[in-house]
Amino acid sequence: MPAPKYPRLDTLAVHAGQSPDPATGARAVPIYQTAAFVFPDTETAASLFNLERSGHVYSRISNPTLSVFEERMSALEGAPAAIATASGQAALHLGIATLMGAGAHIVASNALYGGSHNLLSYTLPRFGIETTFVNGRDPEAWKKAIRPNTRLLFGETVGNPGLDVLDIPTIAEIAHNAGLPLMVDATLTTPFLSQPIAQGADIVMHSATKFLSGHGVVIGGVLIDGGSFDWERSGKFPTLTEPYDGFHGMVMSEESSVAAFALRARREGLRDFGASMAPMTAFQILQGLETLHVRMPRHVENTRKIVQFLSANKSVAHVTYPELDSHPDHELAKTLLPNGAGAVISFDLKGGSGDAKQAGKTFIEKLSLFSHLANIGDAKSLVIHPASTTHFRMDAAALKASGIGEGTIRLSIGIEHADDLIEDLSKALYAAGKAAGL
Amino acid sequence: MKFLVQQQPAYVYTGGKSFDAAKPSMVFIHGSANDHSVWTIQARYFAHHGWNVLAPDLPGHGKSFGEAKTLIAAYSEWIINLLDNGNIEEAAIVGHSMGSLIALELSAFNPSRVSQLVLIGACAPMPVSDALLEAATLRPAEAFDMLNIWGHAPQLRWGKNPTPGTSSMMAYKRLLEQSRPGVLAKDLAACRAYQIDAVQLMGNRTRAMVVAGAHDLLTPAKAAAALAAQLGDGSLVTIPDVGHAMMQEAPGKVIDVLKAFLKP
Repeated sequence: MPAPKYPRLDTLAVHAGQSPDPATGARAVPIYQTAAFVFPDTETAASLFNLERSGHVYSRISNPTLSVFEERMSALEGAPAAIATASGQAALHLGIATLMGAGAHIVASNALYGGSHNLLSYTLPRFGIETTFVNGRDPEAWKKAIRPNTRLLFGETVGNPGLDVLDIPTIAEIAHNAGLPLMVDATLTTPFLSQPIAQGADIVMHSATKFLSGHGVVIGGVLIDGGSFDWERSGKFPTLTEPYDGFHGMVMSEESSVAAFALRARREGLRDFGASMAPMTAFQILQGLETLHVRMPRHVENTRKIVQFLSANKSVAHVTYPELDSHPDHELAKTLLPNGAGAVISFDLKGGSGDAKQAGKTFIEKLSLFSHLANIGDAKSLVIHPASTTHFRMDAAALKASGIGEGTIRLSIGIEHADDLIEDLSKALYAAGKAAGL
Repeated sequence: MKFLVQQQPAYVYTGGKSFDAAKPSMVFIHGSANDHSVWTIQARYFAHHGWNVLAPDLPGHGKSFGEAKTLIAAYSEWIINLLDNGNIEEAAIVGHSMGSLIALELSAFNPSRVSQLVLIGACAPMPVSDALLEAATLRPAEAFDMLNIWGHAPQLRWGKNPTPGTSSMMAYKRLLEQSRPGVLAKDLAACRAYQIDAVQLMGNRTRAMVVAGAHDLLTPAKAAAALAAQLGDGSLVTIPDVGHAMMQEAPGKVIDVLKAFLKP
């Protein structure tokens, strides 16, 4: 018998987590739009509550439609378990709250999504969790920032919006040498472009609102347990290795050898914080996920064409995309992101005799095909001015540290025809150039 | 909880309840390169329904110290020592795959210690192909994939895992990857070398049940049925739609067949 092989990513994106519904024969994933599930008898009810039997009790904790999405993401990431959450931010919060409490410390790359930066920088300190931000490209900075109370290292596969490529193998080794896990936000890359767990990360999270869905109609997130981190050997994670009074003294690392983190996150985090996903949302994300492997190559192909166009345009001062020779992570991107560095790019307009900020405004207002909004990863092409929107809470120094200038424009390239996108950009750049006095 | 077995610390999962030898005892024995966690759901159920449950990590596996054994009989002696150290005179023994051979050996040579016998995903002899054994020795990752893919029923490999939010395939892959170097090859060789003759099987006087997975490619249902037919006082239950990893593929069905068979 020939050695068996796992299905390829393309097949898993379409099928994993679901088989035709045995009750009705439905081929599509049914939407189990119900808050709760009827117990067949009192004995089974008690067993379900006590995890003596598998199944669904209440949709805040688990739901069959969500389970399909979770199992599919587990398969795509090569991970034992996943948890669907109300948003990407909910996934990040759930991951942190599962691992630590007041008095703990996080080391994070400074190239983060603005929302993540807000949580770490402004909100979590109120709950006693501090974060040290480091230059994500500097391994020594990561090492130096680790303290005895550090419980997590965190970065993005491609740091939004500076597009820093996280050296996952190197940072994972630093984390593991310190007995710590590395959590990675892989929103910009999806499992199609990056496999963080295979590269050494321990926990992965996504905003499923973005490329995983591709249609921009839902808010959702997912938290994925890579299942490799040895919580007991680390000795720094009592939430996973000591009896939990909130569940009859359950010790998560004894209950599950490969998904202790996900077990606690679901049984405590979803139960108590309640940031769960709605069944309809899971269904809608699954509709997008089925075409992930078809959409992502087109996103990348269009992005490469637009990067080439922008790089040659006289109104553009600088284009940031990891596949460009000029990008500091160019070589790393070739190694870690061989199928493409994503479909988000940023560029700076030339200021000329005017100011860059005004040029940026003019540029955005003259676009007609690109939509000006605070999102990425849609099938439609999107544009935003980070300094005045997603990152407006950051001061000039923090902006600079994140690689964002006053005139920086961020594009999320969709799957329209590249020539139409380039024509739209061309018109807006001409107007921006005039506004800048070029 | 920790036990001392053959002078080495051993981890034993007790299903979320305290060890209590005054209750009827049940021992769950895992298969090659696995650990106690393959039994978590069943162990929790029976621990909360009147049983004193022990699901050990065999030596060299999971959280237990020591070296993996090279013979099924040596694993059987280890279980006897566990029972001795727990002051357990007799227990219902439930084994899966390699664990079923250990259970069979226990029942054949220490029948007074076995109140009831359940063999899940079992056959005797338990042939292991040259290709699998060679891969386990030289290319363990390839052997993990063989066991994982052949161990799940085709229709359950990538869909409808009954435990919400988990991929049975990915979880089992990670569990195998976590096994210590060389343990899978050692365990598979022990399975292949194990011999028990028909007279010993026929002489079994312990209530016994063989549980087969209808789509089991590793210990096929036909071979499981042959074992059940040879066992004195043996019965056979075949679970439809599952493969070899039936404790994960159909955890509730496994509980139900155990519940119907076992007497406290």
